[in-house]
Amino acid sequence: MAAAEAYNVTHRFGNLTAVDNVSFSIGEGELFGFIGPDGSGKTTLFRIAATLVIPSDGRMTLFGLDTVRDYKELRNHIGYMPGRFSLYQDLTVQENLDFYATIFGTTIKENYHLIEPIYKQIEPFRKRLAGKLSGGMKQKLALSCALIHKPKILILDEPTTGVDAVSRTEFWEMLSGLKAEGITIIVSTPYMDEALRCDRIALIQSGKIMGIDTPDNIRKSYTKRLYAVRHPEKYKLLLALRSLPLALSCEPFGDSVHITLPEGTRPDDIISILNTAGLPDASITEIIAGIEDVFLELMKRES
Amino acid sequence: MRKLLFLLKKEFRQIRRNPFMARAIIMVPLLQMLILVPAITFEIKRVDLAVTDNDHTPASRELIARLTGSSFFSVSDTPRSYAEAEELLLAGDAEIVLIIPEGFSAGFRGVTRPQLQVLADAVNATNAQLAWSYLSSVVRDYNRDIILSGGNAPSSVPGITASPRFWYNPTLNYKYYMLPGVLVILITAIGLLMAGLNLVREKEIGTIEQINVTPVMKWQLIASKVIPFFIIGLLDLALGLIVGWIAFDIPFEGSLFLFFGCAAIFLIAVLGLALFFSTMASTQQQFLFVAFFFVMIFVLMSGIFTPSESMPQWAQQFNHVNPVAHLMKINRMVMLKGSGFGDIAASIAALSLLAISFIALAITAYRKRA
Repeated sequence: MAAAEAYNVTHRFGNLTAVDNVSFSIGEGELFGFIGPDGSGKTTLFRIAATLVIPSDGRMTLFGLDTVRDYKELRNHIGYMPGRFSLYQDLTVQENLDFYATIFGTTIKENYHLIEPIYKQIEPFRKRLAGKLSGGMKQKLALSCALIHKPKILILDEPTTGVDAVSRTEFWEMLSGLKAEGITIIVSTPYMDEALRCDRIALIQSGKIMGIDTPDNIRKSYTKRLYAVRHPEKYKLLLALRSLPLALSCEPFGDSVHITLPEGTRPDDIISILNTAGLPDASITEIIAGIEDVFLELMKRES
Repeated sequence: MRKLLFLLKKEFRQIRRNPFMARAIIMVPLLQMLILVPAITFEIKRVDLAVTDNDHTPASRELIARLTGSSFFSVSDTPRSYAEAEELLLAGDAEIVLIIPEGFSAGFRGVTRPQLQVLADAVNATNAQLAWSYLSSVVRDYNRDIILSGGNAPSSVPGITASPRFWYNPTLNYKYYMLPGVLVILITAIGLLMAGLNLVREKEIGTIEQINVTPVMKWQLIASKVIPFFIIGLLDLALGLIVGWIAFDIPFEGSLFLFFGCAAIFLIAVLGLALFFSTMASTQQQFLFVAFFFVMIFVLMSGIFTPSESMPQWAQQFNHVNPVAHLMKINRMVMLKGSGFGDIAASIAALSLLAISFIALAITAYRKRA
């Protein structure tokens, strides 16, 4: 049985269609990522999955249970972490965990093994008020609270937004650990690099899913040859490349500009053009497309 | 039920931990009772009186002496002319002006009719009315004494003497009148404002989102929010009553059980309203504005200052759905008059009906929105 299935789910807020005819199927034990920019409808989709929002159209099931009709039963099996820290800031770490354990009718002891690797790191601060924790610790506490009732599925809405790089890496390692316990995890993120850690990802933009596949296949779906051009004067480089009629696409990335070239154009041609444009020491190398390249390509195709 | 218990435990823990809440629960009843009860009074003391005596006779001086002899008036000035007197009134230095014309006492000998002129500053109509009626009663007494001393036999002047006795508040002590009303304001503030703010806060901070994904039922969540403030409301009422008893020696004629029973029904009604308003607001600020608006209307129309029976018809109609008006009436009757259940049954029934309606309204609204 699939852990989560969506059938033509649509949700509208007035004139705005936040989720537009979305369908997918997520297998049990899968670590599934929704990748998309802010405002692409990830949060609304997750709130529908978490039984908090009734979709305007279509339906979603988790383990065969309808998120609207069977919400009462489902709430025993969902661990949900909203994008915003939503625990009680005026209760301590331990009190928060204890509170969520008790309202799910369980105890910390009973499921301690599940949260141990995560909770151990914040246990020294168990007497501290949740509001006084750092961003990374808050996130660990939130995950502990979402896990304390041994849910079958974890729904994590942008869990790493606003968290430092080290904590982000740690967090994804924790998710791998939970996956090993057999828990299905749905996670959303605006960070393309995190997508590689998922079993499968869905690229989402303007409420629509543009593609679902493993990260590798998504990258392989990029059929054109892609080059990275580097030069110390990045802005000048970008302007020069943009003015080229030769480059098919041209997107700035961290320290380079990714371009695709039409048939018959050699990378050396670009270097010589840049030379004459007053940018001598530019370098160009062929690279394998990343998730972001695919994403930008798909976005362009959509519009 | 166990879940409700855990929710309540959490709620009380948060209330205890919130330094503002903890203080407000103790300080609000103390301050309200100690400040509002003695401060709000309709007794008028020391009205500034200006007297222009153009007569300058023993008779006119006798009248002035009688006026200054009462604690009600203090003669602030003695202007020499009408124009001067008028100026004092305009400047606000005198609230009421008495002008004794020349030939005032000559009138007693039957030459002319003795006359007096009174000018009153009626910016505060109640004040002017009271000052005038007090002044005219002094003049009336004086008049009667003159007739008697003129040698006329008492029997030939058919005077009616009415001697009043004020039941339930023999000394017309305003504190006795205000205190039951201030107690109502007290539990309105606790029930409506505190409970509502607490609910909206969970929405504002986003914690309700996390709770909603748990198997906690809506009614359990609502109950966990309402019950603490129900208890705090009753405790604060007791505290307020004790303060009133110690500080003002307030009489309590009726049954304490009936008193707290009615307050409990009232609290359910107000908590229902708080819940209803909280479904409409997404921030504490929005809630506060709506709640403040209604609290003002409820309190001012409840008859705490002015008897609601003398309000226009539509206002009296409105008071049927004003829980504050009902409890105001009940509290005064139970505390001052010692009314029993039978005497206030109609008010209790109305209050119960309001409590049920408001709770029903809140639950329907809560289902639809949250």
